[in-house]
Amino acid sequence: MPGKPANDKPTYDEANRLMELSAILFYAFTVLTVGSAAYMVFSKNIVHAAFALIFSLSGVAALYVLLYADFVAATQILVYVGGILILILFGIMLTTLDFTENLKTVTVNMLPASLLSGAVAVLLLYVFFAAEWTTIVPADRDGTMYDLGMMLMNEYLLPFQIAGVLLLVAIIGALLMSTRHKNEP
Amino acid sequence: MESTFLQWLAEPGLTHYLMVSAILFSLGLLAVISRKNVIMVLMGVELILNSANLNFIAFSRFTELALDGQMIALFVIIIAAAEAAVALAIVLNIYNRFKTINLNEISLMKG
Repeated sequence: MPGKPANDKPTYDEANRLMELSAILFYAFTVLTVGSAAYMVFSKNIVHAAFALIFSLSGVAALYVLLYADFVAATQILVYVGGILILILFGIMLTTLDFTENLKTVTVNMLPASLLSGAVAVLLLYVFFAAEWTTIVPADRDGTMYDLGMMLMNEYLLPFQIAGVLLLVAIIGALLMSTRHKNEP
Repeated sequence: MESTFLQWLAEPGLTHYLMVSAILFSLGLLAVISRKNVIMVLMGVELILNSANLNFIAFSRFTELALDGQMIALFVIIIAAAEAAVALAIVLNIYNRFKTINLNEISLMKG
């Protein structure tokens, strides 16, 4: 808006419109996330399931952005969509015998599994809806990256180092396990 | 009553995000329990980890938890990456040995 001071408080109408826009975005990304997750769970083709999982994780990253967690959202896209999903696709390609026939996966115990997860869903939804959370009114804030970096180098320094060592151990372990071919039994 | 429910729908708060994460958790649980393919089970585990992360970040936005919730979510992402790498190496080893990755056919014991 031209001619408006930079640090002017938004008027009531503008705040209302922003609220509506964020609500619309929330529902759109919720539909994307939950719909892709459901497609992943019920799809017979494992490659389709992997690509649906990519969309679902991207939707979760968008929900992080709506929750003012910009750095975690970027990390989610870099690590999950760029790393873990590619790894899973490699795993699918390396472990199928033929090119097309064995991409189908089989479900077992469908009735008890769906009963159990339906019960878990109802229980969790009821608890989350009925509980009285002591919430605060969320404040508008700018990027979180500076504060996260300061925390990472101060009170979270030891977990940070341990995470680095854990990643090193995981890399070495994965390399050893996937390249060592001893005599088959 | 009607208008308060509509207003509740129009303003996404803590409960909305928690409900999304509950649905994601149960879908992941369904994938873990009902699939025979190991890689599908791994994808279900990733879904469950993501629902937990969504909880952490929703609480970090709407309660006193502040940025600590986002920090915990970052560490969860790190551990998920390590878990996926090691788990896929194990899956490749299983495939080399058994020529299948269906969970019900991976068995060395007789009987």
